[in-house]
Amino acid sequence: MIVAKGKPLEEIIEAVKDSQSILVAGCNECVTVCEAGGSKEVGVLAAALRLYFQNQGRKVQVGEITLQRQCDREYVSQAREEVEPYSVVISLACGVGCQFMAEEYATLPVQPGVNTLFMGGALERGVWSERCQGCGNCLLALTGGICPVARCAKRLLNGPCGGSTGGKCEISKEVDCAWHLIIERLKALGRLEDYEKIIPLKDWSTDRAGGPRKVVKEEVRL
Amino acid sequence: MRLSYPVHVRVIRVPCTGKVDLVHILRAFEKGADGVYLVGCMEGSCHYEQGNFRARKRVEQAQRLLEAVGTGGERVQMYNLTSGEAPKFAQYAREMSERILALGPNPAKLAAAAGQGQAAQGSGKKGVA
Repeated sequence: MIVAKGKPLEEIIEAVKDSQSILVAGCNECVTVCEAGGSKEVGVLAAALRLYFQNQGRKVQVGEITLQRQCDREYVSQAREEVEPYSVVISLACGVGCQFMAEEYATLPVQPGVNTLFMGGALERGVWSERCQGCGNCLLALTGGICPVARCAKRLLNGPCGGSTGGKCEISKEVDCAWHLIIERLKALGRLEDYEKIIPLKDWSTDRAGGPRKVVKEEVRL
Repeated sequence: MRLSYPVHVRVIRVPCTGKVDLVHILRAFEKGADGVYLVGCMEGSCHYEQGNFRARKRVEQAQRLLEAVGTGGERVQMYNLTSGEAPKFAQYAREMSERILALGPNPAKLAAAAGQGQAAQGSGKKGVA
């Protein structure tokens, strides 16, 4: 999933404090799972904003809506009647959803309510960890299912650097050395000889280096 | 025991303090409550194991949010007692009540009253003109 983290309330208040009416818009997908922008977080932020304006003695309408997906024009456009009466939207979806809202409602200011961080998964309740950087050219088959692009601080493709100590990365004792994990995994798979194979220079043009990316699947287009 | 505690404390019964969500606390203030406190079981003796720990975290979160919006974090508090400690229940009610009386009303109510006062003054001036 895409993992995001709520922006500090003070920052959000600063961004919308002069608004006349505010819609807090959540998303039922990734940000619900990572507890940053689902209907629950929408309720909390909207209640906090209402309290803020009440304390200022101002009557500002703060509405709540949670779309099935903000990264999908069909769902975003369906909310037109609920969205358009407001003077500003705070999107608690990831950066994609926030942009889709802004594109759909071109004359309505859309403020991000979360910082979108990475593609990852939950290690335990309340802890999420990065697993993919969307480099566009997956190497996982060569590395035992552990990604050196996302999990090695240096994105090394052929073994660990000199900073790997006791299975940990030199940047932090809390960060696993991806190559240590890869070697352990290849050992467990009985494929340690794969470690000897040199991974050639990676074509980074499929990564962000090639500019904004797009996927077109002709067979499913209408 | 028939103990007495301040009359303006309104008790809302929940199956466990773990049932109380952050948004419930915030909505209480939105609706005009001057303070909110949760009374849970002793830490370590929750029937649902984690309920009162979760409640404490939510209270702390509510304190931070209420501080940020200008209501004041000290208006929310978590207390713990056992089911056999009725005198403590009454004592906590008095403690919280005294704290809130010292802090004064929910700032939102003061702001609304000030707004109404200004509106009345404004319309009065209009009448004179």
